[in-house]
Amino acid sequence: MKIRIQRYDPDHDAKPYMKEYDVQLEPSDRMLLDALVRVKEMDDSFSFRRSCREGVCGSDAMNINGKNGLACVTKVADLKEPVELRPLPGLPVIRDLYVDMSQFFKQYHSIKPYLINNDPAPQLERLQSPEDRAELDGLYECILCACCSTSCPSFWWNPDKFVGPAGLLQAYRFIADTRDQATEARLDDLEDPYRLFRCHTIMNCVDVCPKSLNPTKAIGKIKDLMLKRVV
Amino acid sequence: MAISRRQYDAVVVGAGGAGLRAALQLAEAGLKVAVLSKVFPTRSHTVAAQGGIGAALGNMGEDSWLWHMYDTVKGSDYLGDQDAIEFLCREAPQAIIELEHFGMPFDRNDDGTIYQRPFGGHSSNFGEKPVQRSCCAADRSGHAMLHTLYQRNVRANTQFYVEWMALDLVRDAHGNVLGVTAMEMETGEISILQARATLFATGGAGRIYASTTNAFINTGDGLGIAARAGLPLEDMEFWQFHPTGVAGAGVLITEGVRGEGGYLLNKDGERFMERYAPNMKDLASRDVVARAMATEIKEGRGAGKEADHVLLKLDHLGLETIEKRLPGIREIARKFANVDPVRDPIPVVPTVHYQMGGIPTNYYGEVVVPGADGPNTIVSGFYAAGEVACASVHGANRLGTNSLTDLVVFGKATGNRVIEFLKKNPGQRALPADAGDDTLARINRLDTRKGGEDPAQVARDMRRTMQFHCGVFRFPDTLTEGVAKIREVYERAQNLEIKDKSRVFNTARIEALELLNLIEVARATMVSAEARKESRGAHDRADFHERNDVEWLKHSLWYREGDRLDYKGVTLKPLTAESFEPKARVY
Repeated sequence: MKIRIQRYDPDHDAKPYMKEYDVQLEPSDRMLLDALVRVKEMDDSFSFRRSCREGVCGSDAMNINGKNGLACVTKVADLKEPVELRPLPGLPVIRDLYVDMSQFFKQYHSIKPYLINNDPAPQLERLQSPEDRAELDGLYECILCACCSTSCPSFWWNPDKFVGPAGLLQAYRFIADTRDQATEARLDDLEDPYRLFRCHTIMNCVDVCPKSLNPTKAIGKIKDLMLKRVV
Repeated sequence: MAISRRQYDAVVVGAGGAGLRAALQLAEAGLKVAVLSKVFPTRSHTVAAQGGIGAALGNMGEDSWLWHMYDTVKGSDYLGDQDAIEFLCREAPQAIIELEHFGMPFDRNDDGTIYQRPFGGHSSNFGEKPVQRSCCAADRSGHAMLHTLYQRNVRANTQFYVEWMALDLVRDAHGNVLGVTAMEMETGEISILQARATLFATGGAGRIYASTTNAFINTGDGLGIAARAGLPLEDMEFWQFHPTGVAGAGVLITEGVRGEGGYLLNKDGERFMERYAPNMKDLASRDVVARAMATEIKEGRGAGKEADHVLLKLDHLGLETIEKRLPGIREIARKFANVDPVRDPIPVVPTVHYQMGGIPTNYYGEVVVPGADGPNTIVSGFYAAGEVACASVHGANRLGTNSLTDLVVFGKATGNRVIEFLKKNPGQRALPADAGDDTLARINRLDTRKGGEDPAQVARDMRRTMQFHCGVFRFPDTLTEGVAKIREVYERAQNLEIKDKSRVFNTARIEALELLNLIEVARATMVSAEARKESRGAHDRADFHERNDVEWLKHSLWYREGDRLDYKGVTLKPLTAESFEPKARVY
């Protein structure tokens, strides 16, 4: 299998370049990550993040033939050769497929991604109906892989000001939680020309999410709540 | 190479469930804490846990922590320490309530309480019938828990060192632990993180095997570090083979599938667990189910062209239940097994999943080793919690759901113990003059060696050796041979050569350093397994087929120095409950 990978070592390379590898796959090598492990065995200087190899830790997000995805759940059989691999777009490249994710996590942290409830904690669990709990489905499953935010043109232009689809999905995860009491403050925080309203419903985020989540829909719901506040 | 020094009240190594729960206690107490992790915290392997967290909340019917304790003791095949097990089961309900208050999105019952599902080995009334004890968030319980704990740490302003790898313990001449040396992976720089207390929550080492549910990062770093520092590793012969890994891929399929009503079939379509465990059937303990599956395959009743797996049937649960309770399983089966479980069964095989052994601790998370104060002498300033630790609550076989319970109960308890210790020990102890020298020498050897061994090849040989010589069924000759082979691989691992000498995110160097940790664990496992002449829990020997409480109701302690073994007694006396005396284990 032929794979072309963007390589870059800041200590030796003036700029990134593409390097082609021809890897021999075993029958058990079904996912792109399996192929990358083979590449690493051929050339130990090739560096990339990976961990769970089952699509739940979010480490091995990369740009695969022009589209963001996770290497561990991308079947090699579905890929056109030569496979072109590049780092996630829009973030500073540190080395090979390693990108600096600080800006992405900064935006995630900015939405106060934790339950806010100032009532004294009850003795037992806070009650929540199955219907109210179901509101969190499609939201809490996010793995913070950054496929969505780094496929979003609005995030590329304003990564410091626009929260981005991943962060906004999580903002809505807490707004939608009946146990959370900070909805007003959360909406105030997002009422800003950039933080929320840079989303122009291009929907790249939905297209690339490896967990089939829908940040655009969540963003729409936040916008609806803001409208309702005004009315 | 220069080595920088930083000082903290406490250093936590690892940011999975145990590390994050401990860090939360420390950060909320206002201490100066550094939490090191090789990966961004939410990428830790806790994220992959699926089925739930065990606690006798009694939301689905009557339950009690004492029943949970009985199940855990029995599940451990009586090797678990009953003081630690009582502590685990008594504290579990409160730990769950706390997670709920932190915002964890548990599934709910109609009355709004947390939904609990049945799980293997969990029973009511001391083994009478299955009980619903596993608190879950669909089949993404680990993900929900890990993210919730990380979020809570964001709230507490915990200081994380993301993509830092701990390398060695720093100890003084008295054996006190004074912190760790560590590498910042982005720059390759080595630092000494000096701390009044050091807490290891580095997880397991499932990557010593070829076929494992474990992530790439599960390389036993804490175990390798402890072994190099002269500390023993406890009960390393006990490795859990999870009954249901996807055949060929190794990816985990939760026991929650069987909890929700799925069951195993051989090639004849027979529900074979009825023969092996007439009462609990598919919900017997994992060691029992894994052995039954391996027996079916061995005796020619495996499914598929190669007759090398069995089938997990769940289509009868219906689309609605599968989508509601097991959506992640459907996703995994489609991706990794090419089957949609709504229609077809999933091909599964027993797959290495969990390390019952680890760094010996008491139930406060203090590391204890044979010494001046007896077999459980405290190593001052050193703590361990979670899979890396051996308290021992899991003994010879862990019950499903008890790993997540372990993380939060002992993560918190250990954090609290560290806080008490820090109150009594306000000052930093002086670092020895040669602190960090061993680490620098090791890295230097790795960076300058020419004509050495290829780490990928050595790792492959280690994994094959472990898989073949130390599997579900163990035989005297393969174990003896296994010891010789793994010692040979060990020698080769001392002579690794990396081609990449760069500085920034040099993952060749990182993988070589991980291999140096893995190989210690592999050696400990093989040597401890060869020596234990009985069958207990996950350790099953063809030549000693019965449990032998007279000679072997004791914990193994493996020392790197001299590659030797020692033993210590099992604590049979609980804190307040009556002791559960060893008896025949029937499900």
